[in-house]
Amino acid sequence: MDLVKLYVRSPPAVIGLLLLILVLAMAASADFFYPRDPLALAGRPLIWPFSNPRFLLGTDNSGRDIAAQIFHGARISLLIGGVATVISVMIGITIGALAGYYGSWVDTALMRVTEAFQTLPNFLLLLVLVAVFGSTITTVTVAIGIVSWPASARLTRAEFLSLRNREFVQAGRTLGLKDMRLIFGEILPNALPPVIVYASVVMAIAILLESALAFLKLSDPNVASWGNLIGAGRDVLRVQWYVSAIPGIAILVTVLAVSLVGQGLNDALNPRLKSR
Amino acid sequence: MSPILVLDDVSVKLPAGGDRSHAMEKVSLALAANEILCVVGESGSGKSMTANAIMRLLPGGVTIDGGRILFEGRDLCGLGEAEMRKVRGAGIAMIFQEPMTALNPLRSIGDQIGEMFELHTELSAAEIKARTLALLEEVRIPDPALAFKAYPHELSGGQRQRAMIAMALALDPKVLIADEPTTALDVTTQAQILKLIRDLQRRKGTAVLFITHDFGVVAEIADRVAVMSKGHVVEQGATQAVLGNPQHAYTRQLIAAVPPLKAPPPRALSSEPIMTIAHVSKTYRTGGFLGRGQRVTHAVKDVSLVLPKGATLGIVGESGSGKSTLARCLVRLIDPESGEIRLNGIDLAKLSREEMRSATRDIQMVFQDPFASLNPRRKAGEAVAQGLIVHGMARPEALARAKELFGLVGLDPASTERYPHEFSGGQRQRIGLARALALEPAVLVADEPVSALDVSVQAQVLKLLAELRERLGLSIVFITHDLRVAAQVCDLVAVMKSGEVVESGPIGAVFGEPQHAYTQALLASIPGREFGKGQRLAEEATA
Repeated sequence: MDLVKLYVRSPPAVIGLLLLILVLAMAASADFFYPRDPLALAGRPLIWPFSNPRFLLGTDNSGRDIAAQIFHGARISLLIGGVATVISVMIGITIGALAGYYGSWVDTALMRVTEAFQTLPNFLLLLVLVAVFGSTITTVTVAIGIVSWPASARLTRAEFLSLRNREFVQAGRTLGLKDMRLIFGEILPNALPPVIVYASVVMAIAILLESALAFLKLSDPNVASWGNLIGAGRDVLRVQWYVSAIPGIAILVTVLAVSLVGQGLNDALNPRLKSR
Repeated sequence: MSPILVLDDVSVKLPAGGDRSHAMEKVSLALAANEILCVVGESGSGKSMTANAIMRLLPGGVTIDGGRILFEGRDLCGLGEAEMRKVRGAGIAMIFQEPMTALNPLRSIGDQIGEMFELHTELSAAEIKARTLALLEEVRIPDPALAFKAYPHELSGGQRQRAMIAMALALDPKVLIADEPTTALDVTTQAQILKLIRDLQRRKGTAVLFITHDFGVVAEIADRVAVMSKGHVVEQGATQAVLGNPQHAYTRQLIAAVPPLKAPPPRALSSEPIMTIAHVSKTYRTGGFLGRGQRVTHAVKDVSLVLPKGATLGIVGESGSGKSTLARCLVRLIDPESGEIRLNGIDLAKLSREEMRSATRDIQMVFQDPFASLNPRRKAGEAVAQGLIVHGMARPEALARAKELFGLVGLDPASTERYPHEFSGGQRQRIGLARALALEPAVLVADEPVSALDVSVQAQVLKLLAELRERLGLSIVFITHDLRVAAQVCDLVAVMKSGEVVESGPIGAVFGEPQHAYTQALLASIPGREFGKGQRLAEEATA
């Protein structure tokens, strides 16, 4: 309850939350407003926005309704962002927790693996994964999760390093608790807040990565994602710029919303940091 | 003699939403030249706030909202920030509790002391160096020329505090405020620093406002004493009068809570040992390559001790003596290198991790810091029940047992649903005790269980521990740096220095007629040794 109170005290956090709710509402109401397949041909190609009441946001270069694609695309973007974040944070927490708790050679081995992932530019690695495993929505999502875990692993490890020698953990050991219980029952709940906050960054990055893939026409072409729409608009960018700009704004708003919510959570979870 | 620093009805307001509206209320104190006034009180009494209010170093949101602070007749409350800066350091200087954090780690000691002259005087660089060296000489730092160039981490705690004192006294201030300057130091170092402060004060005629929680220190150093409680000065007067014949109920209660150094008459001890520690050693190795150039620290060196059934074995020593490492070896938080730890005939040192997990039933530990030793995200009752659940008890049953244990350690059984931050320090230590007792261990290892607590709370926890020992037939290994506490609770005592036990035996014998030079030095360093005796004389006189 206190957390909610602390959260709503910050105006940017509230704005972020409202924007996020707006995007969620779009995703939820897509079938209601646009029951047809968003990728089906709907009318003449390249109708400018607000010029035809049937196509509020106009149509793209193959005559598909942009508004329908934005609404349905919200689902895809949120789905990819959400699932990829969960995968990434899960891998990160597991590796970071094991490295931080056990130390010595476990830590050395896991951290070298983490560094190997960090030294490769993650977009390049993503391209390789998609090139090898194909570009269905599942592989794209998993691939994004796999390339973005190192930072959360480092964060978790740092928390574990400082928490593992606290007296309450030692007390747990003297009570006869097993390692897994100490790691996941005692230390992890205390290490989680910064990782949760960082997850919002991962989510924003995941959405951007998918758009970037789609812009290169390497994402799943069979779903109505915002990135795919930007990719399609690329061919007519100089004249009918709105085809790329409208999904661009949608991505901007979503990423902004997620970041603001993350920042708000950070301030609410660490109230002392903010008053400084 | 007219006082040099006067606090006249000073009140300091705290931000709204705290547990009280004022940190200090109508505090009146007067400090004359050439005297030491001790302000003594428990945590939260407003004694440190008094020091900060005089220096106008108050945290954000905290303001002086009444009264006057007169320094040489001038009201400091009305001064601008620029004028106040001239008073700080030159007129009123301050030394702090922890010299490591009060000194800048990136600059040499000589540099930092010299800065005082640079800021407040027009001296040349050569003169500043000469004056700084003279100051370091004056505070009796061994080898002042070397200390001049040293960085804070290269000096010991006592030497750092000496450097801080040199810095504070650089400009011959009229008033020196010392905020718990010896609390972070070992007892032998503390004795030296107290002597230094008194000598310098006598020689220079400085007025000293000395803030402390320790009545022993008060007895050792103060000319006059003021007792604070919840932001009020409840009693003040000459040290002899206040300590010997306290008028206010709170002062009496505080003084009664200070454990006397003399041990109570010995109890009959069982001849049957419950735990024998034989030749336990633990060394730490750091740095070096393939065994060359390594630094080897003998944290615990060939320690052999016996704990008879139902007895309390005290392990005393200064920081770095290896007493905590030994305690952690006993419960296998640290694996000893060699030696035996036999509990009921089983050698704990040889058990595998898995076997040790089930052996934890018989040996449990209580930790020092009541704030760090409980998981902030776990309800108090669950923390106590956890051990039982791990050792196979059903959850509802374990939670019911936790409620009983809360009753046993004097907590409200209904409070098992609360989180640790909702309890006070003393209550948290009781939760820690309940958690350790949940498994009904034969031996309890207590690592400084009362040193983070105020003296009155400390007395309550020690009393509880003594009661439980009788009731449950516990055998206790009690680690402490405080010889007064050891004298009260222990039957046997072992004195540790640099990882070795230098002397051990029944507490009365060891404290009464110490054989080893180190034990003698340790006992001689306790501040206010005569204090406990004087108290008894006063009692006899009134009777």
